Amino acid sequence: MTTEEIDVVAKREPTPAPVTKTLGPSNGSKTEGGVLNVFSHGILILWGLMVGVPLLWVLWSAFKDSNGILTDPWGLPTSLRWENWANAWDDANMGQYFINTTIVVGGSVVGTMVLGSMAAYVLARFTFPGNRFIYYLFVAGMSFPVFMLVIPLFFVMRDFPGSTLLATYHGLILVYIAYSLPFTVFFMTSFFRSLPSSVAEAAMIDGASHTRTFFQVMLPMAKPGLISIGIFNFLGQWNQYLLPMVLNQEEDKYVLTQGLAMIALQQGYENDWGALMAGMMIAMLPVLAVYTIFQRQVQSGLTAGAIK
Amino acid sequence: MQHGKYRFIVGFLALPLIIYAIFVISPFIQAFQISLTDWSGLTGSSKFIGMDNFERLWESDDFWNALRHNVYMLALVPVITLGLGLFFAFMLNVGGKSKKNEVVTGVTGSKVYKFVFFFPQVISITIVAVIWFNIYNPDPNDGMLNSLLGAIGLDGLQNAWLGEKSLALWCISAVMVWGHVGFYVVLFSAAMASIPRDIYEAALLDGANRFHTFFKITLPLLWDTVQTGWVYMGIIALDAFALVQIMSVNMGGPDGATDVMPLRLYQTAFRDSQFGYASAMGIAMLIVTMTFALLTMRFARRERIEY
Repeated sequence: MTTEEIDVVAKREPTPAPVTKTLGPSNGSKTEGGVLNVFSHGILILWGLMVGVPLLWVLWSAFKDSNGILTDPWGLPTSLRWENWANAWDDANMGQYFINTTIVVGGSVVGTMVLGSMAAYVLARFTFPGNRFIYYLFVAGMSFPVFMLVIPLFFVMRDFPGSTLLATYHGLILVYIAYSLPFTVFFMTSFFRSLPSSVAEAAMIDGASHTRTFFQVMLPMAKPGLISIGIFNFLGQWNQYLLPMVLNQEEDKYVLTQGLAMIALQQGYENDWGALMAGMMIAMLPVLAVYTIFQRQVQSGLTAGAIK
Repeated sequence: MQHGKYRFIVGFLALPLIIYAIFVISPFIQAFQISLTDWSGLTGSSKFIGMDNFERLWESDDFWNALRHNVYMLALVPVITLGLGLFFAFMLNVGGKSKKNEVVTGVTGSKVYKFVFFFPQVISITIVAVIWFNIYNPDPNDGMLNSLLGAIGLDGLQNAWLGEKSLALWCISAVMVWGHVGFYVVLFSAAMASIPRDIYEAALLDGANRFHTFFKITLPLLWDTVQTGWVYMGIIALDAFALVQIMSVNMGGPDGATDVMPLRLYQTAFRDSQFGYASAMGIAMLIVTMTFALLTMRFARRERIEY
């Protein structure tokens, strides 16, 4: 499914029912519809609460003290403890982890987009011996269980010629790029195939080189696809847990997910739970922002992964 | 021109291919190689031992125990998650009030529901695990779930949750369902929205009620999406590493009741330094995953309906 198709699907969503009741096709189905409607909302609201309340709980707990969180988990904060956020940022090192995550994810999202769309463009638009083989080599990567790969990967990184890549920003960036390439190449190849070739041909006739045609003509045309896959990669890499767990074991290089897991695992109940909750909010905020602004693209981008 | 074309192709493909080959393809091949050795991680210390690791794995009660837990989750989690996803998606798209000239209507505010339902999908699994660790707090007065049950007079249902051997695995499975239902609501909603309205209208005019239309029209037309969704969710059920590692008592406890294959592999490799043996586990996981995916594709295949 291309993004355009997804967009079409999203736009075709049913329009909300009007507030005033109008005559249904028949009386029978009107009553049935009314009962069903109340029932539907009841069930949907119940599930909405089951999902929403635990998430809101993190928000309000981020303003309580440890004791309050542990002994009265449902209680609202009596006063807003902003110091939880400062404690999380400084004492629990969430600030350092936030910066580490930003550097790594920033580098790897940009790298994935540039390298992934370069490869996808060539695979989608040019015929040459080995084209299909290289394409399927990339696509096959989507089905490898990462657990099977982390052991050899650990040693590839440790014994990398020159200097070790373990617990380095550039090492983690390279690995994130490599593990995001299969889906990015797969997605962008079908996107480039769906674009008309006439524009590129016109640019070539006007004397633009292949490289210039790609960067100045094709990439701007592929913007909707780039946005979807960019969000997909950002979320996946921001929330990545297994790869840094294995490849990034030095505390000053930790990313947010590792930092949170360490606080939750090691110190447990003696820890400052208010700071942990504030730390979780800090880790969630960028994702929350992206999700709120790009709700439709996030939902279509992530589910596109299942419609292969 | 031709010369320029090939230089361009090589120039654009070289870097992505090199990175991919070093960090994905070469580890994939090496995994098979390492699984046939007794390597402990020191350079030059590995010895070829043939299939010994696989024999040891076959006889390992710990590994079978972990595999069994993954299979339990595989049997239960996708069915519940996709079932709830379909149910909610149907309500969102077809459960609305009837209105003039439109037989099939979605409920008001379906966008808001989808926004909330989908939310757990975009946050980190570690955050999900920490939240549910608190919900399952075993203390009868202080635990979130326990105090809620107490408040509504269901004290009898209060439990130690993750501390209770017979319940712990299901507590973790429930978190998986919780986190992924929204994904399928959105996925199935998009697929349902693409089913032409007149098919529903024709069925309703013929006297079918909404529940008939769900089983006779919606579900058959969505079957392809359900099938891919099933494989996707199954692969998640065969993992469960982060949830078990962060939530369970003593990582995989109580008493091995929540141990899963990836946790076995992780500890064998990075705690016990038995990299050869752990790689054999990785191969076993690849085989289990592939078998599951192929079987699902094979047995779930039906005549494709074009519309």
